[in-house]
Amino acid sequence: MGKITLHGVRKSFGATDVIPGIDLTIENGEFVVFVGPSGCGKSTLLRLIAGLEDTSGGTIAIDGVDATDLPPAKRRLAMVFQSYALYPHMSVRKNIMFPLKMAGMEIGEATKRADAAAKVLNLTDYMERKPGQLSGGQRQRVAIGRAIVREPAAFLFDEPLSNLDAALRVNMRQEITELHQSLKTTMIYVTHDQVEAMTMADKIVVLNAGNIEQVGSPLELYNAPVNTFVAGFIGSPKMNLIGGAEAAKHGAATIGIRPEHLDVVQSGGWKGVVGLSEHLGSDTFLKVATDDVGIINVRAGGEVVLRHGDTVHLAPQPGKIHRFGADGKSLA
Amino acid sequence: MARSITPQRKMFNTALAWGIGLVIFFPILWTILTSFKSEADAIAFPPKFLFFDWTLENYSVVQDRSNYMRFLWNSVIIAGGSTLLGVIIAVPAAWSMAFVPSKWTKDILMWMLSTKMLPAVGVLYPMYLIFIKLGLLDTRTGLVIVLMLINLPIIVWMLYTYFKEIPGEILEAARMDGASLKAEILYVLTPMAIPGIASTILLNIILAWNESFWTLNLTAAKAAPLTAFIASYSSPEGLFYAKLSAASTMAIAPILIMGWFSQKQLVRGLTFGAVK
Amino acid sequence: MATKNSRTAARLMMAPAVILLLGWMLVPLVMTIWFSFRNYLPLRGGDQGFAGFDNFVRFVTASAFWPAVGATMLIVICSLLITIVLGVLLALLLDKPMWGQGVVRILVIAPFFVMPTVSGLLWKNMFLDSVNGLFAHVARFFGTTPVEWIIDQPFASIILIVSWQWMPFATLILLTAIQSLDSEQLEAAEMDGAPPIKRFWYLVLPHLSRAITVVLLIETIFMLSIFAEIKMTTAGAFGTKTLSYLIFQRVLESQNVGLGSAGGVYAIILANIVATFLMRIVGKNLDT
Repeated sequence: MGKITLHGVRKSFGATDVIPGIDLTIENGEFVVFVGPSGCGKSTLLRLIAGLEDTSGGTIAIDGVDATDLPPAKRRLAMVFQSYALYPHMSVRKNIMFPLKMAGMEIGEATKRADAAAKVLNLTDYMERKPGQLSGGQRQRVAIGRAIVREPAAFLFDEPLSNLDAALRVNMRQEITELHQSLKTTMIYVTHDQVEAMTMADKIVVLNAGNIEQVGSPLELYNAPVNTFVAGFIGSPKMNLIGGAEAAKHGAATIGIRPEHLDVVQSGGWKGVVGLSEHLGSDTFLKVATDDVGIINVRAGGEVVLRHGDTVHLAPQPGKIHRFGADGKSLA
Repeated sequence: MARSITPQRKMFNTALAWGIGLVIFFPILWTILTSFKSEADAIAFPPKFLFFDWTLENYSVVQDRSNYMRFLWNSVIIAGGSTLLGVIIAVPAAWSMAFVPSKWTKDILMWMLSTKMLPAVGVLYPMYLIFIKLGLLDTRTGLVIVLMLINLPIIVWMLYTYFKEIPGEILEAARMDGASLKAEILYVLTPMAIPGIASTILLNIILAWNESFWTLNLTAAKAAPLTAFIASYSSPEGLFYAKLSAASTMAIAPILIMGWFSQKQLVRGLTFGAVK
Repeated sequence: MATKNSRTAARLMMAPAVILLLGWMLVPLVMTIWFSFRNYLPLRGGDQGFAGFDNFVRFVTASAFWPAVGATMLIVICSLLITIVLGVLLALLLDKPMWGQGVVRILVIAPFFVMPTVSGLLWKNMFLDSVNGLFAHVARFFGTTPVEWIIDQPFASIILIVSWQWMPFATLILLTAIQSLDSEQLEAAEMDGAPPIKRFWYLVLPHLSRAITVVLLIETIFMLSIFAEIKMTTAGAFGTKTLSYLIFQRVLESQNVGLGSAGGVYAIILANIVATFLMRIVGKNLDT
């Protein structure tokens, strides 16, 4: 249970093809992250799976059953919204019990289940409060609790952490990952933050303008991006992409080298002048204007004390240069 | 502005504003006071402001002689009935426009608002004929229908704006939680929209209560509400200021009180969102 | 949000409201247009036959027509001016810090909620009456002869009553608009050295212009068809017959339905013109 298959799924709004056609299989128990820039269609795809939008073509199957025309209520999926979408006029307990009430569950049983979910999420002290009286993180947990009690085939998360501050975000990220480990249910998670994607996912789906650019594990995407889009999207700071003569030297139209794969050397390599330097203590980020290859971003060790105006030599680490053809696709 | 303002400035503002406010409110105040005077006191010169023999005789005379209660009851039924009927028809319409908008939604909404701009006098005679034909002349039912029709645009409009303020995601969450359309409206939408629905009802009761065209022209003795009742004082015999004041006070008091609570709704309902 | 299921449901739910309003708009309207093209005199037995454009011509050539237009314009324009100018000033005042602002608002809003019949009668008898009215008392107190307001100054009387009723509306709307003006804008201007009058002229007034336009259009639509205030005071005498009242009299009192209906058609066209402007603003807002 929890295997979701998409065949040729299309979505258009009026004349615009937001999603031209997607084939995707999500295995039972996987933590899949849809990631991509704003407007790439990741939220739309999630909503199509949820049933909140009709497909313009193609099929969606859940555990082998065709769900393309089923309304959301019948798909046995649970969704956690970006704004949490809690019912403001109901207490936390009533919020969590609502899906069970809709399923016609007897009240005693429903209360037991709601209390059990609340315990897992540390909400037991807040059961009688209304959402307006809760903090962001607590509301987040109520939203998750409401999803858990349904024992769905899969959980759908729509950018759930964007409304939280940085510290809380790190905490909740870990809580959600731990939840996945204990429940082992399929989870589909949408985010524009590639750090969330890399840290949480079993499988990442990179989307761009409605198309899947690449599907793979985080490390696959990091080490072997199939095109310049994925190469530039995964990894922070972004991979340096260099064209022109330097790329031709390696037999490619474009070459890429990640900032963390450049070494600061005494001589040779690419010579340049430091424009910006950011010292974080643990790392130093340099923006270097080189003579031959344009502006390069470098991540160096924290002990590097180069400043604006200093001359520097950069050498790419062997085997870490990615080669891309004229069409942007990676060359073997 | 976080800067403190001098007490003198604040005092000046207060005095000026209160002064103007009292001038504007004065006719109403005077009417209320006069309702407690004897007829002689009512026209006395120099005019008596607070120091006269307060009496309730005007109220009892108005009540007895003209069966004021019947007119009051007519107003209540007509204003309440037309508003309630309007709300029942408007809620589904506003729901669909707010949550399932189509490319026609905006045009339909604007068309509805434009029907309110129809000058009543332009369709007076046809309505008169229709009412006679259907036996609705001088009936409360007839008036409930007409007032419902003229206020329906505003009711739909106001409910639409209140519904739009409900985050769509909450309704989607209900759908994901397995709620049918009926359950969604009953358990999630309506409780959240109750303040908005209440405000809409409030403003429209006020508008229907005060309506002074159809209520004057389509009623006679049986279904006349307070607007027509007061109009009957336009050709009185003898001294009548105090009685007029008493009748007027009774007619406008409920609405004045309701009006004080509905200022925000007034802006929302009558400017059609063009002012926020 | 819109799926197949919800779309059909939506269309059904809109139907009652749309059908009712469609009926309300079309049926009487079509009848009025029908009557306007016929010689319809109920007192002489009813429909006397096709009248072509006679009624339309007779309505505008009747001796009462242009005076009615003049009366309407006088009342509407003066009331608009008074309510909006005073409304702006009052709204500016109410926005300032003071004690008891809530109570002042209540005092200022009250006239709008008084029903027009009450309003008309109260003003006519208790204030403007030349024998027993308050204004007369005040005049006598100062030794001058009281003015026969209704008879000698009928327009002033009506404009006074209408303005008294509608100024609260203008004030409330404009106050809402003023309070929505971002105070940071004004503070930035102050830091740039702009004096209060300039801040008003260049920042507040343009921001208010949208609200003023809306107030103007809405008041115009409603003032074009004021009825009870006139009926209760002058009953159209002394030259105060507005277009609406003229039509009303033609239809109900002098029983020339064809003529009255033609007038009605004119009134509807006029109202529609004003409404178009208003709807354009509303439409722009609906897009946001």
